[in-house]
Amino acid sequence: MIYVFEKIVSYMEYPFVRYAFVVGVLIALCASLMGVTLVLKRFSFIGDGLSHVAFGAMGIASVINLSGNMPFVLIVTAICAVILLKGGQNIKINADAAIAMVSVGALAVGYMVLNVFSASANVSGDVCTTLFGSTSILTLKKGDVLLCVVLSAAVIVLFLLLYNRIFAVTFDESFAKSAGLNVELYNLIIAVITSVIIVLAMKLVGSLLITALIIFPAVSSMRLFNSFKAVTVCAAVISVCCAAVGILISVVGGTPVGATIVIMNIIIFFVFSAADVVLRSVGR
Amino acid sequence: MALITCENLAVGYDSKVIAKNINFSVNKGDYVCVIGENGTGKSTLIKTILGIKKQLSGSISFGDGLSKGDIGYLPQQTDAQKDFPAAVKEVVISAFCGKKGVFAFYSKKEKAAAKINMEKMGIGHLANKKYSTLSGGQQQRVLLARALCAADKILMLDEPVTGLDPKAADDMYETIKKLNNEGITIIMISHDTEKSLNFASHVLYIGKNTFFGSTEDYVKIKENKMV
Repeated sequence: MIYVFEKIVSYMEYPFVRYAFVVGVLIALCASLMGVTLVLKRFSFIGDGLSHVAFGAMGIASVINLSGNMPFVLIVTAICAVILLKGGQNIKINADAAIAMVSVGALAVGYMVLNVFSASANVSGDVCTTLFGSTSILTLKKGDVLLCVVLSAAVIVLFLLLYNRIFAVTFDESFAKSAGLNVELYNLIIAVITSVIIVLAMKLVGSLLITALIIFPAVSSMRLFNSFKAVTVCAAVISVCCAAVGILISVVGGTPVGATIVIMNIIIFFVFSAADVVLRSVGR
Repeated sequence: MALITCENLAVGYDSKVIAKNINFSVNKGDYVCVIGENGTGKSTLIKTILGIKKQLSGSISFGDGLSKGDIGYLPQQTDAQKDFPAAVKEVVISAFCGKKGVFAFYSKKEKAAAKINMEKMGIGHLANKKYSTLSGGQQQRVLLARALCAADKILMLDEPVTGLDPKAADDMYETIKKLNNEGITIIMISHDTEKSLNFASHVLYIGKNTFFGSTEDYVKIKENKMV
């Protein structure tokens, strides 16, 4: 145990490990905050679809050699987020099918572009990194870290300021509208925040595993808590703890970062589910 | 002057008209029961008056210092609410979601108003309970308390007794009548024509031939047709 602790301390002396730690925890926090709303709005799969869009955009960006491809990926993802959310209300194409189409379509385009046009010698390595995050979080530059910190802070501040309105829009759109709230605007804000989180989280866990970061903390805390506030706070705590422990384990044990964090979340989900069952049987 | 006046109003969605030639006016203290078959546009009419849906033609005018934001609304329940983790007090206070500036925290005054309305609806002791675990009747009381927070002059209720057992439904009717006696104007959509007409002062029938008038007139016309 002491050996592990010493190892962690010694790793923490490296700036790249500290960067990874800070960025990872911030991204996990953001993802869990929006997760509660997305799960309750039945938008879980929109997050998944968007992460594939982000992958496609990333592929295109890296081929046309955009320096600093994050803004490009962010804009493309945000536009798709808005389209998908609008499509949710428009029944001409089944929303479910629309998400699946956009999602796999973007995945195919991204992979194709990377394969055909990429100048890199290790295409499958690049693809794997973008999909599963692998070690990219340990290669963050100072600029990336700064951008991540600024964007995460913006997401958190925005969420806190709009918290009550986000609740109203999530619980009952019709009523919120009748009370004079611009529901379309808030749905738009939710969509844009979601895409920011997804693009950020791509660095941490890769595009295939982002949905886990958004959904698991929310669903876990819903097993045990009864109010929106308690669920949101608990989801944030779960997500931050899982990210922190996951990153430490992966640094010490050499496991892939993204997968380790997600597995931590899965464990918490089962622990909370078990606690829920036990509490129910004793009659709470 | 009438609180709400609709003239030649047509409602529907995506420019497809569901109900047209709707003419009626609601005065302070009225209890209007909106009836009609399924799919004739009753909910759409209410949503149009509230500004949730665009009106297709005709006019809606507000009088007596009333504006859209002053109408308390009790919508039909949605699927998402069935397992939604929300405490009763969170639901009630969300009535004020449209009223603030950028910094969206509820004031002491708003919290106090929410508390008063919860007590009024007899759900004060449930404030910290999870909304989705309450009985149907309790849930409707929560939504009624929320509607009262948003507005204390006029309420629009979309099928407030649907899904309630007979006893809870009767309680709900009594509660609504009590609010009406206190001077709150009621516009209520109902499927349960027989019972709701006992309480209503006016009837708005939406269908092939739209009717608006006092409950007595409606009953007379209906009886004549039967004969």
